[in-house]
Amino acid sequence: MKQVLVDIKKCLGCRSCELACAVQHSKTKNLYQAVQESPHPRKRIFVESTGDGSFPLNCRHCDDAPCAAVCTTGAMRKDTSTGVVANQPEKCVGCWMCVMVCPFGAIATDGEKHLAVKCDRCPGLEEPACVAACPTGALVYQEVDSFAKGVRKQFLADFLREEGGNL
Amino acid sequence: MKFDGYTIDPAASSMLERCAGQGIDTVWDRYQSQQPQCGFGLLGVCCRNCVQGPCRINPFGDEPQKGICGAGADLIVARNLLRAVAGGAATHVDHAYEAIEALELAARGGAPYQIRDEAKLQAVARKLGIAVEGRASQEIAREVAEAAYADFSNHGREPMKWLTATAPAERVETWGKLGVLPRNPDREIREGLHQTTMGVDADPVNLILSTVKLGLVDGYAGLHLATDIQDIIFGTPTPVASEVNLGVLKKDHVNVIVHGHVPLLSEKVVEWAKRLAPEAEKVGARGIQVAGICCTGNEVLMRQGVPIATNFLSQELALATGAVDAMVVDVQCIMPALQAVAGCFHTKILTTMPIAKIPAAEHVGFTLEDVDKRAEEIVRIAIDNFTRRDRSRVQIPTEKSAMMAGFSVEAIVKALSCLDPDNPLKPLVDNIAGGNILGAVATVGCNNVKVVQDSFHVTLVKELLKENVLIVTTGCSAQALAKAGLLQPEATEKYAGEPLKAVLTAVGKAAGLDGPLPPVLHMGSCVDNSRIGDLLKALADYLKVAVKDLPVAASAPEYQHEKALAIGTWAVALGVFTHLGVVPPVLGSPQVASILTGQTAEDLFGGRFYVETDPFKAAQGILDHIRSKRKKLGI
Repeated sequence: MKQVLVDIKKCLGCRSCELACAVQHSKTKNLYQAVQESPHPRKRIFVESTGDGSFPLNCRHCDDAPCAAVCTTGAMRKDTSTGVVANQPEKCVGCWMCVMVCPFGAIATDGEKHLAVKCDRCPGLEEPACVAACPTGALVYQEVDSFAKGVRKQFLADFLREEGGNL
Repeated sequence: MKFDGYTIDPAASSMLERCAGQGIDTVWDRYQSQQPQCGFGLLGVCCRNCVQGPCRINPFGDEPQKGICGAGADLIVARNLLRAVAGGAATHVDHAYEAIEALELAARGGAPYQIRDEAKLQAVARKLGIAVEGRASQEIAREVAEAAYADFSNHGREPMKWLTATAPAERVETWGKLGVLPRNPDREIREGLHQTTMGVDADPVNLILSTVKLGLVDGYAGLHLATDIQDIIFGTPTPVASEVNLGVLKKDHVNVIVHGHVPLLSEKVVEWAKRLAPEAEKVGARGIQVAGICCTGNEVLMRQGVPIATNFLSQELALATGAVDAMVVDVQCIMPALQAVAGCFHTKILTTMPIAKIPAAEHVGFTLEDVDKRAEEIVRIAIDNFTRRDRSRVQIPTEKSAMMAGFSVEAIVKALSCLDPDNPLKPLVDNIAGGNILGAVATVGCNNVKVVQDSFHVTLVKELLKENVLIVTTGCSAQALAKAGLLQPEATEKYAGEPLKAVLTAVGKAAGLDGPLPPVLHMGSCVDNSRIGDLLKALADYLKVAVKDLPVAASAPEYQHEKALAIGTWAVALGVFTHLGVVPPVLGSPQVASILTGQTAEDLFGGRFYVETDPFKAAQGILDHIRSKRKKLGI
């Protein structure tokens, strides 16, 4: 099952993913029209940075999702067929338990409606909007194992380049 | 067609196929590589004016809502727009300034430039209040050049003379009341850059007014000045027949393409190509074919009948024919990518201006004084390079269309005076009033890779012609319409509504043409948008109304350049309803967007921007506007 994963070295902090996410979750799905919508569409990915770098954070769609476990109404649920943890707005009462337990801070509020909003991995799109919008390829939509293999290969290449002479 | 999503031009399409086969990158490939484009940039809410930034504003209401200095979206968008318009105005003013220098040389007599159009010289001089009776042309020309220079050395508060002498009086008064009359073109551009640096102007409305001022700089110290002076030294265009599209290149000729905007060199290249034709024959060519791209092409088309090879977006594709021996470039709209395509063939790119060089291209710098020598050198380089052409790699598309061009205001008036010598505008106005002509629309500007090449120009114009709207055109828009066959008399038969067809046929017959006048009149290069301004002024004067009251509109369906934003700003200030087919980077500021496209602009100027990216809806919007103006005039 594919996941939204991040190659942290490539994130420049441009926030293009945030814009694309908000547009994808707007009524019109068009940047120029979305900025004129009221209420404003909400983004579900958050580029945070420390002095050393930046990182786009969104829901990790955990297997044993704490947000789903604590949800008082059963609104937050993991769909085992798609692997997506999603919030059902008609059941959500805005108690924010999910916000409190999410270790990534990936759940935001839709202030106007008192609902929790989070990444729904863009149902209907082949590739989530944030991934498609990333100009540097920092965000990828990939099988976890294939991502890990890439990381291993890169590690080996770096290791041999740096240490090769000493072996 | 395989490249339907790229262009509607079959010649461009066949060259795209060739490029794909040969691994040649084009503007469309690079556009794909640029996807996705930055949303902050598209909305205009990115500020790079100081090094504390870059800053950008969240357009969805979340933080950040202020840049580091405290500038919000409205301010950032307004500042960016002013800078873009200043950039656009700078190009046209720089262009016009060189034309004055050429006029100054012509006034001295001798070579290399002459006064070719004494009537125009006198007309311009009269507008400026310069005495003409019984005086030698050179003396008048010297004073005209001095008057032009005087605007650039105006250290006082008086408005630019070229503006007050050529703009409608009603407008000068309106602009004066708003405090947007420019004094000295260079000073206004300088002030605009100053105004938009970190920590100067924080008022979006004040910035928009300064943007309008720069639009007027563009209109009068750029467009109008350049056209007036170029007409004096090269002649005012008269109707001329020519051809357009890559099929004008010839397999057995030395092919020279002139590309860019300023005719000071390209006119001479055309002249020397004629003179050196025998030399081309010596190397086995049957002659020298000069063809144009962009506005330098339009300039030599309008005055010399030189054919057009193609327009902006397909400039690289002209080189992919393998048949171009030299492409001579001056300034503006010259893609840096050209050299890479030229490098795949024997083609030489010859840069000619000190501010426009391309690494690996050959630079033949010219000065106005030695322009003849350099033009000769350029043509000789092309002839010599013909011998290096690999004939096995030449592939010239067969497509070309016949076209008519050369419709200066003077030429239009002359054609109309065949119907009514005493009152040439009367037949036009009567037909507008009577409804045979619903109104007039000017389509201008560029191609933009975001739009299928030429499609918006052509679709919009066909929709308008059906409804009996007369079209005038300039720039790459004219070239797009010409490629589609809309600049020939046959197009009147094919596309114009019956009443419009009847009018154009009557004018065509009276003017001694075989058939009707084309339904789309090519009025020249982008600086020649001044001609459209003059035509509007003449119509308004005749009707004793303001330009803003006329049933007319302008459209830049596929614009890309800062120049288009500057011209559009001038048009709106003139009172013209101005359609843009590509969204300008202002939507990040609801305030700026609504001022430019809404009631504020309408109240202040009687014109406004109208943004619509669908050609059919745009046609409807323009028609609605024209009908509302007709209603107000009671016609």
